[in-house]
Amino acid sequence: MTIFGVALLALCTLIGVFLGDLLGVALGVKANVGGVGLAMILLIAARSWLLARGKLGGGIKLGVEFWSTMYIPIVVAMAAQQNVVAAVRGGPIVLIAATVSLLLCFACVALLGRFGRREPGEAAQVRHGGDVIGGDPAPAQPRPAEKV
Amino acid sequence: MLHMIEHVFVEQSLVAAFAVVGALMLVSNGASRWLTAGRVHGSAIAIVLGLGLAYVAGLYTGGQKGIADLPVFAGIGLMGGAMLRDFAIVATAFEVDVVEARRAGLLGVLALALGTVIPFIVGALTAVAFGYTDAVSITTIGAGAVTYIVGPVTGAALGADSAVMALSIATGVTKAVMVMVGTPLVAKLIGLDNPRSAMAFGGLMGTVSGVAGGLAATDPKLVPYGALTATFHTGIGCLVGPSLFYLTVRAIVG
Repeated sequence: MTIFGVALLALCTLIGVFLGDLLGVALGVKANVGGVGLAMILLIAARSWLLARGKLGGGIKLGVEFWSTMYIPIVVAMAAQQNVVAAVRGGPIVLIAATVSLLLCFACVALLGRFGRREPGEAAQVRHGGDVIGGDPAPAQPRPAEKV
Repeated sequence: MLHMIEHVFVEQSLVAAFAVVGALMLVSNGASRWLTAGRVHGSAIAIVLGLGLAYVAGLYTGGQKGIADLPVFAGIGLMGGAMLRDFAIVATAFEVDVVEARRAGLLGVLALALGTVIPFIVGALTAVAFGYTDAVSITTIGAGAVTYIVGPVTGAALGADSAVMALSIATGVTKAVMVMVGTPLVAKLIGLDNPRSAMAFGGLMGTVSGVAGGLAATDPKLVPYGALTATFHTGIGCLVGPSLFYLTVRAIVG
């Protein structure tokens, strides 16, 4: 059933965010430390677990994948509620600090991305993920067997 | 009549948001196909349009939440708010290639460290260049360059002046907006076309909204990898900002 997928996603998110809060308290930080990242790892683990037991049904997949196809529209809605006026009015100090750190970080991406880079041979899963998140999933493709 | 339509929009806020964003995506995909011959992603155009609408709405309402400050578009605030944003980001993990993500794990950690230190140093130096001399203000502005959440959290912890806090938040927001718009433009140049570099990108850029928007506009398949590292960024920044960074700055400026 589809709701099982949505519920699984919700459960992973709740547990992940809770763990992130705990981690924040443990470190004495007034913020959630990596809650969403932990939730992602939980979901990846849950998927491997279900897959290994042959319980990853179409309904569960639909429930989770629907939300990844909604990712881009949600990001557009997020963009529409940014405080752009503050960004534009920030003045030179804001502009300089933001631009210079951005340029340096872009340069670092170029540098780091080069380490241990292998030539294409792109995994089918990566491409399938792109189709789903792009909001245009191809009809049920057989997934290559995974080792986790 | 108009009043009744408005009433429906207010009452059905989230449903109305789905319709509005759908229309925005439709227009953007059309513009992508007919105006740019598919060279610019429809999602990139939609994000820029969204930012543009947020600017116009911000000028009109004087609020901080862009178009979501208009009662008829309040649903956009829910749809694009932190709750559903995080929910959708977690969902993208379902598409992650585990082998690929594991291989880039160490790279992600390195990127996170650099992505916290570099913006902080740049922000702090800029603050010094503009005449700030006290450690609290310098640290707060530097932290704002990490992300717009790290800035105010650090500032609040150190008891920074509210004008400095505003400056710090504005720096972070500006960075997020620039990442959203700039990433598709530089993607090719910096080799951002595979899961590895997406993980480095997420760690370096930090700002979840910037990374989420930037990667969506560049190539959807990279989204989960970038998000995986980016979500640790704010937490780490909030950890070292008021502690390690502040102590270091205080030791230097006295």
